[in-house]
Amino acid sequence: MAAVQETVDRVKAIDVNEYKYGYCFDIESDKAPKGLNEETVRFISAKKNEPAWLTEWRLGAYRRWLTMTEPRWARVDYPKIDFQDIYYYSAPKTAAGPKSLEDVDPELLKVYAKLGIPLREQEALAGISPDRRIAVDAVFDSVSVVTTFKEELAKAGVIFCPISEAVHSHPELVQKYLGSVVPTTDNYYATLNSAVFSDGSFVYVPPGVRCPMELSTYFRINEQNTGQFERTLIIADKGSYVSYLEGCTAPKRDENQLHAAVVELIAHDDAEIKYSTVQNWYPGDADGRGGIYNFVTKRGDCRGANSKISWTQVETGSAITWKYPSCILRGDNSRGEFYSIAISNGRQQVDSGTKMIHLGKNTTSRVISKGISAGRSQNTYRGQISAHRKATGARNFTNCDSLLIGNSCGAHTVPYIESKNPSAQFEHEATTSKISEDQLFFCMQRGLSAEEATALIVNGFVRDVLQQLPMEFAVEAQKLIAISLEGSVG
Amino acid sequence: MLEVKNLSVSINGRKILDDLDLTVRDGEVAALMGPNGSGKSTLSHVIAGRKDYMVESGDILLNGESLLDLEPDVRAAKGLFLAFQYPIEIPGVATLTFLKATVNAQRKRRGQEELSTPDFMKRVKAAANKLKISQEMLKRALNVGFSGGEKKRMDILQMALLEPSFAILDETDSGLDIDALRVVAGGVNALRAPGRGFLVITHYQRLLDYVVPDTVHVMAHGRIMRSGGKELAVELEKSGYRDYNAEPAVA
Repeated sequence: MAAVQETVDRVKAIDVNEYKYGYCFDIESDKAPKGLNEETVRFISAKKNEPAWLTEWRLGAYRRWLTMTEPRWARVDYPKIDFQDIYYYSAPKTAAGPKSLEDVDPELLKVYAKLGIPLREQEALAGISPDRRIAVDAVFDSVSVVTTFKEELAKAGVIFCPISEAVHSHPELVQKYLGSVVPTTDNYYATLNSAVFSDGSFVYVPPGVRCPMELSTYFRINEQNTGQFERTLIIADKGSYVSYLEGCTAPKRDENQLHAAVVELIAHDDAEIKYSTVQNWYPGDADGRGGIYNFVTKRGDCRGANSKISWTQVETGSAITWKYPSCILRGDNSRGEFYSIAISNGRQQVDSGTKMIHLGKNTTSRVISKGISAGRSQNTYRGQISAHRKATGARNFTNCDSLLIGNSCGAHTVPYIESKNPSAQFEHEATTSKISEDQLFFCMQRGLSAEEATALIVNGFVRDVLQQLPMEFAVEAQKLIAISLEGSVG
Repeated sequence: MLEVKNLSVSINGRKILDDLDLTVRDGEVAALMGPNGSGKSTLSHVIAGRKDYMVESGDILLNGESLLDLEPDVRAAKGLFLAFQYPIEIPGVATLTFLKATVNAQRKRRGQEELSTPDFMKRVKAAANKLKISQEMLKRALNVGFSGGEKKRMDILQMALLEPSFAILDETDSGLDIDALRVVAGGVNALRAPGRGFLVITHYQRLLDYVVPDTVHVMAHGRIMRSGGKELAVELEKSGYRDYNAEPAVA
């Protein structure tokens, strides 16, 4: 009991201000006027020189958004957001559009160097064997600043570029697929994103191509009072494969910043998309001041037969997380996977999970969720598994484990299961546990400090999910877990 | 050398150890016997530094140094080892990972260099073979799904790798069949050394047939009631603990 008390004391003294990526960079920016109206939408569209259909698409979304209300069903609590008090577009002044690396502002390159993201291809190449290379698309506030390894990817026929560029270079693909998984009417935040999305990545992998390297986007919010609304669209054509990584950070701010992204994945027949996220937005300080509001809609469409989409996420940041990466299993024999580690500490609130919508025959899905709550945080898993009446032979396995550290946090599990087909088989397993005094004492008796013991036990707890991450990310994620829990244990 | 001096301990206001004295010299194997509830396990936990207990008076010295103000991991690094009555499961943590983390944590704390992986593996393999622990078992999560005997053998393996200067075995024989008992006792005997003391807590003579003690102490009502040589254990096996169940006569 004494050690629990000590844990609680340490948690109370937690200094979330230790956020490692909390520096702000002084980069001159070009902003849209504050607030949201049709003019803002037109301004953004004009900035990007968009075709008329896209401007109309945005305006349609904006008008729809005006009729919608903010969803309140999630187990998160935050003051009302003043959507007129946000900048919807901010671009570094020197990066008016996507450029080659030579043209990128050296100040920006310094930012990414400090964040540990190699943007110079020769740097990225140093010491890395060819098959472990990662192509990076760096998004700074509202625009993509650089995309690496473009030429080499082009040789393989893979298109990897900012979506703002794809609108011009591959309009037929963008028009065909944009909004086809997450329609503009989908939900409050996705609709908002459709109206004001600024940039993000676009990926197209042609039939039969196995993308020769990992693709990665690195998102950074720098500007004050600025929302980030990125839009990512990934299409894997028949028989292709792509693995995509996403990382995020933001500086420390007293105010909350809004982040409302949309990610759409489309997998055609026999194609596979693996999407991994390490989300480390600023979580706010010990009293819950500041931090990112992360309202994200991520959805994959297994459109073709035998297609596969796999989401893996390590969520350690943000003040509020509202995020449910989902799979629509439309093609027969398609498969959806969701592997998640969600860690909350301080005053963070997480409401996250997945949806697996079984439409096709013999579709399978697997959900492994590991939630870890420390400090005074609240961590909710919310998952929906459904089988359409035509989804004969659908199968799902869900395993949902929660681990509590200390006495002031909460873990909640909210599963929704709907089956309209009698042959569907859904399994759901859930556990909630605390790091026990016995485990801590045992580990310490063998020589580990309380912190080492906790990190070891937590790493054991999340191992099934860590194994799903690409190797570089797994190492980063493991460090991130240790950092996120620093000061949370006695 | 372990010295317990005038130790009184309570939990939630209830006295468990009452002015207890016990000394175990280097190289000595001392058996601690006694009826259920006499305070044997409490003593082992208090020595190892578990915090649920309130030490009211007295002291515990390891090699002349007081342990009372030290965290459990610091005590471990000073050479104290406790084999648990119920070894704990750590899901998802491979046994090898755990062993390496603990060995190196102790070495680091003592200012020694960490073991390289090949060196460490060599030591683990040699020690595991002696205890009939398979490579496959070392890859599984620590103690998860292990049988009672496997868990106890795993504890002895940790003792072998950590090379403590003083080891407490808390009812290591409970739940073991005769074959497992032999393996475990063999592991303990192999570690007997002039510089290493043992406190072997047990209910039964059975373990002491294999791990022959130098001294035997009988505990009841939170204190040592009687001490003697190995023949005392044999006598207890015959007479049971009935002589010790009554409240001690006021001296």
